Amino acid sequence: MRGPNIVVCVKQVPDSAQIRVHPVTGTIMRQGVPAVLNPYDLFALEEALQIKDRLGGRIVALCMGPPQAEAALRKALSLGVDDAVLVSDRAFAGSDTLATSFALASAIRQVGQEQPVDLVFTGKQTIDGDTGQVGPGVAKRLGMQLLSYVCRIPILDMDSQSIVVHRWTEKGVQVLKSKLPCLITVLEGTSEGRFASLPEMIRAARQPIRVWNRQAAGIEDLSKIGLKGSPTVVGKVFAPSRRAERAECIEWEQDQAEKAVSLLWEKIRARQPELVEKLSGDNGGENGQERVSE
Amino acid sequence: MSESGGKPAERKGAARRKAALDPRLAEYRGVWVFVERDEQGVHPVSWELLGAARALADQLGSEVGAVVAGGAEESLESHCRDAVAYGADRVYQTVHPVLAGYRNEPYAKLLCELVKKHKPEILLLGATSLGRDLASSVATTLETGLTADCTELAIDRESRALAATRPTFGGNLLCTILTLNYRPQMATVRPRVLPQPKKDHGRSGQIQKEEIDLSEEEMVTKLLEFLPHAGGDRLDLSLAEVIVAGGKGLQRAANFSLLEELARALGGEVGATRAAVQAGWVDVQRQIGQTGKTVRPKLYIAAGISGEIQHRVGMEGSDLIVAINTDPNAPIFEVAHYGIVGDALILLPLLTRMVRGQAVATKTSGLEVCSSS
Repeated sequence: MRGPNIVVCVKQVPDSAQIRVHPVTGTIMRQGVPAVLNPYDLFALEEALQIKDRLGGRIVALCMGPPQAEAALRKALSLGVDDAVLVSDRAFAGSDTLATSFALASAIRQVGQEQPVDLVFTGKQTIDGDTGQVGPGVAKRLGMQLLSYVCRIPILDMDSQSIVVHRWTEKGVQVLKSKLPCLITVLEGTSEGRFASLPEMIRAARQPIRVWNRQAAGIEDLSKIGLKGSPTVVGKVFAPSRRAERAECIEWEQDQAEKAVSLLWEKIRARQPELVEKLSGDNGGENGQERVSE
Repeated sequence: MSESGGKPAERKGAARRKAALDPRLAEYRGVWVFVERDEQGVHPVSWELLGAARALADQLGSEVGAVVAGGAEESLESHCRDAVAYGADRVYQTVHPVLAGYRNEPYAKLLCELVKKHKPEILLLGATSLGRDLASSVATTLETGLTADCTELAIDRESRALAATRPTFGGNLLCTILTLNYRPQMATVRPRVLPQPKKDHGRSGQIQKEEIDLSEEEMVTKLLEFLPHAGGDRLDLSLAEVIVAGGKGLQRAANFSLLEELARALGGEVGATRAAVQAGWVDVQRQIGQTGKTVRPKLYIAAGISGEIQHRVGMEGSDLIVAINTDPNAPIFEVAHYGIVGDALILLPLLTRMVRGQAVATKTSGLEVCSSS
């Protein structure tokens, strides 16, 4: 029995925590913002690596981006991925999620020419686009079953080509049974993640990364990629407007805290009388008892 | 190589004018909402979307459509009537046993077929685990534009297109996305971003039954079981009427008990900033903001929260915002209605005592309150 052939899609993103808006011009200050592997993709990588630990097989990390996105693939290699492919072509510039899913799906088909792909993993979303649309889009393009927001994979049986996953929803967990090949978007916090070992890091630095242009990725139809293949267009980009008036601040002297809070409470009551009236009902009465029982 | 959030290019006016003239696009009429439901009921985001759809349709001079689907007829009827009460002119109702419990494959098939048959101009879904899963599949199958997590929906006067505004660059900027040459124009909106419309039982609308050809044997993915969340996982902060939230200014995990006490006195829930969650002071379920929940309670008390844009986008729709912070220049005072400059650790317990006193006082004089109402 062969182990599964897995593709993990990753993206290089600007570290959004470090993006700042220029206080005067309201434009993005891109300079010096480091690029990182999309943090959500680490959970997808870890899930794939755990499967490989158990069942063997092979993992290919796939990334679409400019040449410098190679760094994201090096990171994936250092964690234990076997092979890395960077899909990079100027023709992809300006791709929205629909065009991106077309290009990635095409590249995955090319990977499948070498050996059929059993599983595709993606993170649940990226931290720059924040859409969560590319993974499901790739699944649809490839005709694979889509299993999104997966938080556990209790069963993966290569003999019967079947898989059971736990899919997170707002109210609970769906236990879904499906067939390979399928695409799984992995929920964050599903696993601890691993650190790269020194030998793996050395291997990662030395291993060649395959770079595929549009043709190598099997894309002939130019109308499906880049700006042409993107139904959405950006109308305008602007800074969020600020409310005209600032908060009405309650002035208070030292030792007068109680008075200030009382004044604040008066104002809340005046603005939200219904809320305060409710307190006379269930909540207010029960508070005392709840505290005692704690 | 960006997603729709960060695309650099702006298209020229020529493309927009062309869109308005294309007869293929002019066939598409009406603003649709996919009504997300389960055995317990309809997700409130669907009603919020119907409110927005009503406004868009009125502007376009077209109808509001609602798609209601499920496995059994009984529960569906009341949801269809509710959809009309919240603003739908026409409800497309589909009942099929394969549609009991959400699965991507049959629901995507249903929605694609309905869209192909009736050609709505705009299709809106909630940005929930279900809505995002379904919207992405449908948009890909139909090869049309989908804009995620919108904070505002409007009609672009020039092109008559849906102008879908969403945060980008980690919430630092907003961008307006248009889908000009493709239909339907799709968008998702997070729960509680839009206000809930008034329910009007006097409204009339048509409920239209739609058949679909599905068979369980053809479904590759099977739903074996549903395990409801237990305990803290069950918490849905977006539905709380009162939220008492804390940030880094509370200094340590133990001080979150001050928030808990005030929240309990007010009958509300505790929320937190990303910083407080990352410090391990409070569970991620309680995170409010760009990467957490969006909330719009009747009362939001922000204690020790500086008010970074990433937090503000998750709470600025609240009815009444009260801020407590030691720094008079903290940006939280720009979104708050009332503020106190001071130490939350001192002020919170005082407020809790005040609220408790109120509860007892109102209770003892409860008769008076009731008789006057």
